[in-house]
Amino acid sequence: MSGFIIPVKALSDVEYEPPYLYPDYRSTELRAPKHEPVRLPDEWFHDAPGPAFGRIPVRVEDADLTRQHRAEPLGERIVITGRVLDSDGQPVRNTLVEVWQANAAGRYLDPIDDHDAPLDPNFTGAGRCLTDDHGLYRFVTVKPGAYPWRNHLNAWRPAHVHFSLFGPSLSSRVVTQMYFPGDPLIPLDPILSSIADPRGRELLIARLDLDTTVPEWALGYRWDIVLRGRRATPAET
Amino acid sequence: MNSPTPSQTVGPFFGFALPFENDANAIEKVTRAPAGESRDAIRIEGQVLDGAGEAVPDALVEAFRGEQFARCRTDGEGAFHFTLHRPVASDGAPCFEITVFARGLLRHLHTRMYFSDEESANRADRVLQLVDESRRHTLVARQEGDILHFDVRLQGEGETVFFAP
Repeated sequence: MSGFIIPVKALSDVEYEPPYLYPDYRSTELRAPKHEPVRLPDEWFHDAPGPAFGRIPVRVEDADLTRQHRAEPLGERIVITGRVLDSDGQPVRNTLVEVWQANAAGRYLDPIDDHDAPLDPNFTGAGRCLTDDHGLYRFVTVKPGAYPWRNHLNAWRPAHVHFSLFGPSLSSRVVTQMYFPGDPLIPLDPILSSIADPRGRELLIARLDLDTTVPEWALGYRWDIVLRGRRATPAET
Repeated sequence: MNSPTPSQTVGPFFGFALPFENDANAIEKVTRAPAGESRDAIRIEGQVLDGAGEAVPDALVEAFRGEQFARCRTDGEGAFHFTLHRPVASDGAPCFEITVFARGLLRHLHTRMYFSDEESANRADRVLQLVDESRRHTLVARQEGDILHFDVRLQGEGETVFFAP
């Protein structure tokens, strides 16, 4: 042990949010506000309750994206799991986690996706679940493919899964993307590179986890999510 | 270290996955009487516009207050709509929290929609008081007949006021 006193709270407050304006991601140029946001006291955000979700019908099968059609989708079957925690490391229980992604060929079911890659009649690519008492979520899906996106010549998105979480308060709402370890497209991607600090980018990359992997069946990836805010109470009262 | 997981854009391709069916209408989903809220249904319509004044056809707009939550993907004209119960004043003037996601927004934006016929409550509202008077109008919906209009200008002239902690 060294004699240094480490200011743990100060360290844990480090944030790695991307800026609104990031010219390498061209769509930010006309959409990033020019005005600075009006700052509200931190506690107003933390005290403001987020949306109530008691009414959302989340079914068990919504968390398995490989069993939403007559047959299984093509692609590499994977499990993605992790914990949803607050800034104090406490589990965020019973909170809605929504995911969506391209299929194994790099094509979204979305009608505005015109990428010339095949749709898979057995894959929608959307799922949802609620975290359990330990803050755990778990999805079964197929690994999404990379796809081109016209941001610049020869621009390709690394494989990713979109995540949307609500958490207990206004400040905990987040929409983000999870990436896969070792993807050679990661350093070339303006959307992930908008996070200046490599430690921040690391937070969005899952790790291959043999404990999550199901032998002879599916590779497992582990990805924990930290929502902004402290002393989160269980979402349902 | 418990740094919050950073945000990334919602991208353009969320429409097939979010929102749920009939998500823009919060009225039918509130199973019990919304506590402390008016029973009057209100229709809110608006448009999301970029810094060139062009419609943003791939935005997701969420509105919530208390038990009510609604979300709507913008259409080809950047238009969105909600059907909600009118909130009553609690701590401050009645309003909806509005959250905006879009392709090109690496992080979401947070704003508020207030009501034009609540002038005295709006004047006393502690959040509105933090906003420069010349920009407060961007947070107040325009009443036209039975419809409340609330546009979100992401950038440029008449830029909507956004809030952050």
